[in-house]
Amino acid sequence: MKLPLARGPLSSHVLALLEAAPSGLPAPDGWADEVQDVLGDDDLQLALWILYELHYRGFDGVPDHEWDPHLIALRTRLEQRFEAELRQCTAGYVEAALHASEDLFDQVMVVVDAVDGPSLPRYLQREASSVEMLDFLTQRSLYHLKESDPHAFVIPRIDGRAKVALAELQYDEYGAGRPARLHAQLFADALDACGLDPAYGAYVDLVPGHTLAVNNVMSLFGLSRRLRGAALGHLAAFETTSSVPCRRIAGGIERLGLPTVVAAYFHEHVEADAVHEQVAIRDICGGLVEDHPELRGDVLFGVAACLHLDVLAARGLLGSWERRREDAVVRQVA
Amino acid sequence: MAPEWRALSSTGAEVDLEPCGDGPVLARHACVVVDADGVQHPVTRPVVALCTCGRSQRRPWCDSTHKSVRRSPTSGA
Repeated sequence: MKLPLARGPLSSHVLALLEAAPSGLPAPDGWADEVQDVLGDDDLQLALWILYELHYRGFDGVPDHEWDPHLIALRTRLEQRFEAELRQCTAGYVEAALHASEDLFDQVMVVVDAVDGPSLPRYLQREASSVEMLDFLTQRSLYHLKESDPHAFVIPRIDGRAKVALAELQYDEYGAGRPARLHAQLFADALDACGLDPAYGAYVDLVPGHTLAVNNVMSLFGLSRRLRGAALGHLAAFETTSSVPCRRIAGGIERLGLPTVVAAYFHEHVEADAVHEQVAIRDICGGLVEDHPELRGDVLFGVAACLHLDVLAARGLLGSWERRREDAVVRQVA
Repeated sequence: MAPEWRALSSTGAEVDLEPCGDGPVLARHACVVVDADGVQHPVTRPVVALCTCGRSQRRPWCDSTHKSVRRSPTSGA
């Protein structure tokens, strides 16, 4: 993957470090302190995304800096702001769930029902244009081309029933022994069929801060043993809010007459995620909390963080399409 | 509603089922699911969710329709 384009001083600094010796340039004074909208800031979220990507596929022509202490230190400072902001935004949901029930399944559902936002899948099903649907696929490509990879980092950090169930779920995500059924491959096939670039990370420059944050939160949780409860809560939320929405999205793709392979990706997730939802909440998160009751709050934090960021990203995407339609009207009138 | 299917292992034995509250039941290590009409549905996943509400459009597989039947609507969907 090529390095993304810089979007401000933070991402510029990270890119400069990757292209030179990482320890050669000190962090700017007040590194990231001035950022106000941490969850939506294009520059901060891109800087974080670039630093995380060193742990996945890396960048063309960039030496191996994965464990460079200077880069890890910079990443930690960004992560501290990211996590603090997420905890502040979601604390109310977590508290409400803990008071509503003692049953983990019910607690997860309390959070799912409480986090409210616009329905992007419903819009895609009924109203989206072909251009908007392709825009959606483009934005989603950042995650779906490495689908399930962030949560795989958690496997060696847990034991027993939770570990077995997570491995079972991941095996399904990774094609259940069939390379052609690897979910990331199914999404690449869908992009290719639409005439979009199926290359990993090809569209990062088009992805706004909130959607980068949707991706970054998985790496924040997945790469930290301390946050393994949040990582698995995130997985449960992701799976729990996938099956019905994927059916709606598949319907929108069929309405627009896009290639069959595109709808097929989402149809696969209607069925797969109906399974994964149950496995993720009951066996993965349930098994973890049974062994580590102290992680219950973090599991619910992960659920709420996933859903909160999804809402912000959906609002951003729907808002950008609305503005595009308004601009088109203005141009027509003019 | 009583299940209208049987989940069988490679030896033809019925596999253990895990009920999921008011949702589906999970079947692990199944090779085939046989529905009420005797139609065999090959299993391609390590674990499958079988519909118990009777409303799935993909029976015998669960498609989460039970949520709109049995629960208040969820957000973001």
